[in-house]
Amino acid sequence: MTGVGLKVYYDLMSQPSRAVVLFLKANNIPFTPKPVALRKGEHLGEEYGETNPFHLVPAIDDNGFKITESVAILKYLADKHQVPDHWYPKDLKKRAQVDSYMAWQHLNLRMFGAMVFRTKVIIPRETGEPMDTKKLAEFEVQLETCLDKIESILLGKRPFLAGDEISVADLLGICELMQAYAVGHDVFRGRPKLDAWAKRVQARLQPHFDQAHIHLLKLRERFPPSAKF
Amino acid sequence: MAGLKVYFDLMSQPSRAVVLFLKANKLQFTPKPIALRKGEHMKEDFGAINPFRLVPAIDDNGFKLSESVAILRYLADKYQVSDHWYPKDLQKRARVDTFMAWQHLNLRLFGSLVFRTKVIDPRMTGKPIDKKKLAECETQLDICLDKIDTIFLRESSFLGGNEISVADLLGICELMQPYAVGHDVFHGRPKLDRWAKKVQQQLQPDFDQAHTFLFKLKEMFPPSAKL
Repeated sequence: MTGVGLKVYYDLMSQPSRAVVLFLKANNIPFTPKPVALRKGEHLGEEYGETNPFHLVPAIDDNGFKITESVAILKYLADKHQVPDHWYPKDLKKRAQVDSYMAWQHLNLRMFGAMVFRTKVIIPRETGEPMDTKKLAEFEVQLETCLDKIESILLGKRPFLAGDEISVADLLGICELMQAYAVGHDVFRGRPKLDAWAKRVQARLQPHFDQAHIHLLKLRERFPPSAKF
Repeated sequence: MAGLKVYFDLMSQPSRAVVLFLKANKLQFTPKPIALRKGEHMKEDFGAINPFRLVPAIDDNGFKLSESVAILRYLADKYQVSDHWYPKDLQKRARVDTFMAWQHLNLRLFGSLVFRTKVIDPRMTGKPIDKKKLAECETQLDICLDKIDTIFLRESSFLGGNEISVADLLGICELMQPYAVGHDVFHGRPKLDRWAKKVQQQLQPDFDQAHTFLFKLKEMFPPSAKL
């Protein structure tokens, strides 16, 4: 699509990239897709650095206004495009619950889900060496703690991560969860609420959810589910 | 007693940011100090306020909230403070939000790890500082500080734009943590240095009061200019 003022730089292997793309598709917001292949180092070049000096995805260029960080991007797009209120509620208290999840997730589900993925897939690919099983075990334990917190604290009394309706928090959450799931981490075992939530969110986002996760989920063939917990 | 209860520990960077915001805007609150070093965050009644057992947390007339970024946004919007703290303009707001998102896995993570490795782990285990781990964390912290100096502060005098905002409160409090344990944060970073002085000045005398306990550590950790 040419000429659309909102350019979106993303890689579908990146969890926050998928969250931004899913938000745009779920709300029928037109955008010019600008894929950036991380595995080929396309994010490291000087040209991409002019769009995003942090050399990360996702990033957007909205008619010349450039921002990075998926949480900032989702908030900006939700407020700018006046999407249905549940995505990022105007009510201060409801909004604060969405903000709370979006803040918590960086050093929790995002960090440990990403470290499990990195240790199983990225580092062996980059170094040619076998997986560091000791490090992997440490990250898996931390990831399990995060998943337990989501199950018992966040989803304990409500159907979505930040309240009674789906929001941008759930987009970030489901995409981060899929990263660990795709490399065989048994995320749903012993977690019926997490399981029900994931099915609910995926159903709401079809067919875009499946499309966004095609490449990632191919990894499941290499990493059968490991039920050691 | 004010209906807004604020649970905090002044040794916690995001706690200080929230307290500084309230004081800078003269907002009434009931202080509820939670001493992390005594494990007070693990007590049952605090679990009812914040099941994640972290500070800061607030209880605003029954509405409970955790995570400093969420708390700062909520308070800024609710109390309709001066616009620069959290601008209503979408693009200005997005700049503040960018720093507040980036900082978790960057300045916060590595500043905290340096602090933990130098102070908390030795205190908890009785063992000497793990120098290898410390060196790794310090290297990562320096990369973050360079990014702040060259990217966030490249064209603007504050982290989220040309006026002080909640981003600067988080930033200065996180920066003070490794600074307090001898990390030479300003060396070779003139923009960072200028920014820090400006922010501290705007927040006095509350800034010094909030950092009194933390800065006692400086006596134990003279500045190490090895980088």
